[in-house]
Amino acid sequence: MSITRHTPSPDQPQHGGQAPAGDLGDEIEFVTFKLGEQLFGLPIQRVHEVFAANQITRVPMAPAAMSGLLNLRGRVVTAICLRTLLRIDADHDGSDRMAIGVESDREQFALLVDKIGDVMRLPASGLEPNPIHLDAAWGALSEGVYRLEKTILIILKLDSLIASELLAA
Amino acid sequence: MVRNSADHGIETPQERKLLGKPETGRIRLTAAHEGGSIAIRIIDDGKGLDIARIRRKALAQNLASAAELERMTEAQIARFVFHPGFSTAEAVTSVSGRGVGMDVVKTNIDAIGGMVDIAFEPGKGTTFSVKIPLTLAIISALIVSVGEQRFAIPQAVVRELVRVRPGSEHAVEIINGASVLRLRERLLPVVGLANMMQTSDAVADSGFIVVTQIGKQQFGILVGGVLHTEEIVVKPMSSKLKALTLFSGNTILGDGAVVLILDPNGLAHAIGNLDLDEANDEAAQAQGVGDAQERQTILVFKGGGGSLKAVPLSLVTRLEEIDAAAIEWTSGRALVQYRGKLMPIVPANDQLVIGREGPLAMVIFSDGPRTMGLAVESIVDILDETVKIELGAREPGVIGSAVLGGRATEMIDLSHYLPQAYPDWLTGHREAPAAGATREALLVESSPFIREMLAPIIRAAGLVPIIAPDAEAAIARLATGRPLAALIVDVEAEASGGLKAVAAARGVPEHAALMMIGLASAPHPDVLLAAHGAGLRDVIAKFDRHSLIAALKGAQDAQQEAA
Repeated sequence: MSITRHTPSPDQPQHGGQAPAGDLGDEIEFVTFKLGEQLFGLPIQRVHEVFAANQITRVPMAPAAMSGLLNLRGRVVTAICLRTLLRIDADHDGSDRMAIGVESDREQFALLVDKIGDVMRLPASGLEPNPIHLDAAWGALSEGVYRLEKTILIILKLDSLIASELLAA
Repeated sequence: MVRNSADHGIETPQERKLLGKPETGRIRLTAAHEGGSIAIRIIDDGKGLDIARIRRKALAQNLASAAELERMTEAQIARFVFHPGFSTAEAVTSVSGRGVGMDVVKTNIDAIGGMVDIAFEPGKGTTFSVKIPLTLAIISALIVSVGEQRFAIPQAVVRELVRVRPGSEHAVEIINGASVLRLRERLLPVVGLANMMQTSDAVADSGFIVVTQIGKQQFGILVGGVLHTEEIVVKPMSSKLKALTLFSGNTILGDGAVVLILDPNGLAHAIGNLDLDEANDEAAQAQGVGDAQERQTILVFKGGGGSLKAVPLSLVTRLEEIDAAAIEWTSGRALVQYRGKLMPIVPANDQLVIGREGPLAMVIFSDGPRTMGLAVESIVDILDETVKIELGAREPGVIGSAVLGGRATEMIDLSHYLPQAYPDWLTGHREAPAAGATREALLVESSPFIREMLAPIIRAAGLVPIIAPDAEAAIARLATGRPLAALIVDVEAEASGGLKAVAAARGVPEHAALMMIGLASAPHPDVLLAAHGAGLRDVIAKFDRHSLIAALKGAQDAQQEAA
């Protein structure tokens, strides 16, 4: 497990940096993760936990984006392959994948990603609308983007991800 | 609830001392299995409920009128504590008294189908009883494997396990692409779990067959290995996977792995042909009430593509098995020498390809000098059943479907096949009726099945069937005075109103010479007497096709003579 608290660095917009711990002001914390080279984020409030996904039971005849079922401390959780869902080439061999435990509509899901990144604290006002030429499929699943110094962080809409038609059996 | 007991139930140490109780209060929690539910009790040795105060409070909060409260038992009054916003605590304390106590408890327990009740003894204590149903179903399951993956099959549907290996006593045989297992003189349809789960396309031939029974249907599931049995907790499928009918849920095995629980009903559906009794019942119900119920002897056979088809046995001349090598082909038509004549062969449907060799099952139909063979995949059964026919979307060659022997079966329409054998069977081979002679025959019959069965026969006799489901419709047609070739009525069923129609025909001068034929499935002397009394010339058994055609032919001849 590799969540490290990301302290605001100079390359990030400085907003409320002096706020006492726990009071985020207008800042939002995001759990970031990578699919290939692209950085994505989800609001930390929506993330229950991050864990290594091993032993996924494949469900025959399930949609391709449905990786299968896994046992998360005695609960059966549906694992979703974010690569497939976001139509990123599945070059990953599927082993040693990390999972982000989330809940949507009172059901638990595990989003399979390649790599978990830092938790980033970013100002709510810094969220920019999706670039207009962003892939339509991504656009529908994205809240907006943050321009970080070296890369672009795409903030995903969790409920839209779960509601994707690619998951409709 | 424990907090509640501590705050409301248990007295202060001083009070307890005064009452002669031990200074330390006691709250006991018990949990027990009670017939399918879990019973939890929270028992304190406090002061019990202050009924007078609850009554006052209930009155103050307008939960009941004074008169109502007067009639209530103490137990009924005690239940006010479950009322939203009800608290008898004098002050809001850190432990309770915020008025969101017991009602929240009750709401939550109700939500999961449980019960909560309260009992007390003044000065001695209070007992809260909570009953929670065991919503988690625990079933015994057989854990099987296919390749790397394991599945759970509910034990309840498993009849036996058979080890299969090519060349051994039990081997899977392939018949026309379908796997079967010969088990104690029965043929068991077998489905490969690997194929079903799309993990493999190869047709496996060794492993274990889990003989599964759903209702009256048995089938075998071919699996790679049988591991063990295990008591499993059925967890519901994710909402995203509910559409997969092959699985009824999932579970976590002792070793922590998640396995899918196979739904035998889903498997049975996937195999096809095997229909659930439940579905059949629904179909039967959907059929409606008014239909006459007729017990009939029905021949069930498989047409091409595994579809089950049926035809009343009374229409069948013989069942034969011929050697396909004996079939002669002339310009795409199959003919076989049968009893010294050339008999055309018509496949039951397009999916049935008549082979060039090997045995071929045939249902022979004959009409006078003409005989045809209906090539079928196999003869399945002869059933004596009440047939409820459902006239669905019209497919060529199918009258409708019915549930026979617990399986959805299509009733074939012979009038579709006969012209394929002899293009002129239904039309030209009889002398064309003289000009001016009517070709309409009025059939009064309440049962849609009989109507559907007789209509082709009437057509076969060169007449146009006009259908009247009841006497009213028949009388309306008769009253028009338009000439008819024949009137065919059901003389048995009161509902058919056959005799009424006959009487009505007698009253119309245009129909003075009308040929009238009575139909009965099992002519009782009384019925015959009544029929003759009504002036019916013939009473024919409903399924006696020959007599009916002969009688109808007679009607036409008579008409032609008259003309």
